[in-house]
Amino acid sequence: MSLIRQKATEKGNLGRVGVVIGVPAALAFAFIAAAGWFTPDRLTPATVVRTFDSVDGPHPGFRRNHAKGVCVSGWFEGSGQASPYSSAALFRVERSPVIGRFALAGGQPYQDDAPDKVRSLALRIMPANGSEWRMGVNDIPVFLFRNARDFNSFLIASRPEATTRKPDPARIGAFLAAHPETARALSQIKQRSLSSGFADDAYNSLDTFLFVNADRRTTPVRWAIEPEQPVSTQNNVKAGRDYLFDDLTATLAEHSLRWKLMIVLGQPGDPTADPTVAWPVGRTRIDAGTLVLDKAEGEDGGPCTGITFDPLILPEGITPSDDPIPAARSAVYARSFTARSGETKAPSAINLNSTQSGK
Amino acid sequence: MSERKYFSPLARGLHWAMALMILAMLFIGVAMVASTGPAYHRLVGLHRPLGIAILALAFLRLVNRVASSAPSLPTTLPQGIRILAGSSQVALYLLMIALPLVGWAMLSAGDYPVSMTGGVTLPPIVSPDPALYASLRGLHTWLALGLFGVILAHITGALVHGLLLRDGVFQAMLWRRPHASTRIE
Repeated sequence: MSLIRQKATEKGNLGRVGVVIGVPAALAFAFIAAAGWFTPDRLTPATVVRTFDSVDGPHPGFRRNHAKGVCVSGWFEGSGQASPYSSAALFRVERSPVIGRFALAGGQPYQDDAPDKVRSLALRIMPANGSEWRMGVNDIPVFLFRNARDFNSFLIASRPEATTRKPDPARIGAFLAAHPETARALSQIKQRSLSSGFADDAYNSLDTFLFVNADRRTTPVRWAIEPEQPVSTQNNVKAGRDYLFDDLTATLAEHSLRWKLMIVLGQPGDPTADPTVAWPVGRTRIDAGTLVLDKAEGEDGGPCTGITFDPLILPEGITPSDDPIPAARSAVYARSFTARSGETKAPSAINLNSTQSGK
Repeated sequence: MSERKYFSPLARGLHWAMALMILAMLFIGVAMVASTGPAYHRLVGLHRPLGIAILALAFLRLVNRVASSAPSLPTTLPQGIRILAGSSQVALYLLMIALPLVGWAMLSAGDYPVSMTGGVTLPPIVSPDPALYASLRGLHTWLALGLFGVILAHITGALVHGLLLRDGVFQAMLWRRPHASTRIE
């Protein structure tokens, strides 16, 4: 060390000492800048997870959003009709195993079921010879926000007041005044027709993705998962606080449920980057195949708990578009998955033994 | 007896290629986990194949290091510095192999497909296990921060040799022949 000290203090070596200290210091500085330490306003996955925790209260071990849910499984059988648009193996005429999850939107794992709460379906489709596809789809016509920052700001604005335990209408109003796209989307969501439960509900991608076919030609797509079961608008809400989930699991104990995966082909000019805007009606729709679910299991020990339905786990033949929401969901889901996987979880609201249909 | 003054061309090539790759990797990693923007997906798409490439090159480099001789440090260096230099190199080898392996195991435990470019997916190396995923995810971060720290120490040491001591240690990793006065005699 004395040798280094001697060299460092030698006449004419000051500039060299500057380089010796300056290069690693600059690297360290750039590193913490890349980590966002100098830009505290940057919206990170950790910020969004913290927002959920502060709005919905901490619920260790649960998903930070769509917290109340149940695992399902079955298979997807491609029709071959989407194959001209996407080279994904699962669109071929073959069966791929599916793990899924029905849930209610929102970060509260013990919330009561209600007819107008947003219902979601998450899927993991695993073709035998090809890459898997994960998605989370919702029973609303459009998404509420153009980007993750607006979503996070809205969550903060909707945080229940300590005194009233309800969101402050003035704060929500201020957000909606500044975000007419969210106000428009909210009114479309309020006008949607409500089906009786999970089984006869239709679920929409909301986000836009690109199908890529064998010739590398891309097509912007959205999709809907539409029930083959007859749709009823009667609701069974009097049956109890878990009536949606109870209906679903009771039905699955008797028979399997089927949906069609309808791919909507975008036209030039259709908004791809803005999930708050619906595409015009009358776009070509492709029947890509049938989803069959025949088994429900509780989350605790169920097959949907140890995975995250990251919407950017896409097979070859599907890629992200310029829609910013899937990347934000992917990043925040990873953070939520890491957090909940390391926590001790209380039992889920829907806690049942394996329920398999007779068929 | 004349000693080798330079690392072999293969060792030098591997060193500088991996220096760039590992630094890029650390910056991609730290930026990626702090991002909710469209860059997130692109960065993840780079991070995984780059990590596996680093793992493959690290094994190649380890074999090369064990099989071929490396220039020894000048005997004029104090014992403490020599131990420090040796242990930091062991730490660098350990971390550049451990980090990609922990990343791969972490994705396996989290039941993520370990996607490379061009539709190639690597097999899982551990069984799905959420609690293990959470532990490995934390370990991945701490090892990465540790690697960055050791790299900073390594760069500082290299610059001390190259600019202040001028004892040929830094030049041993370069192509240009050192001036006569800075050769190891």
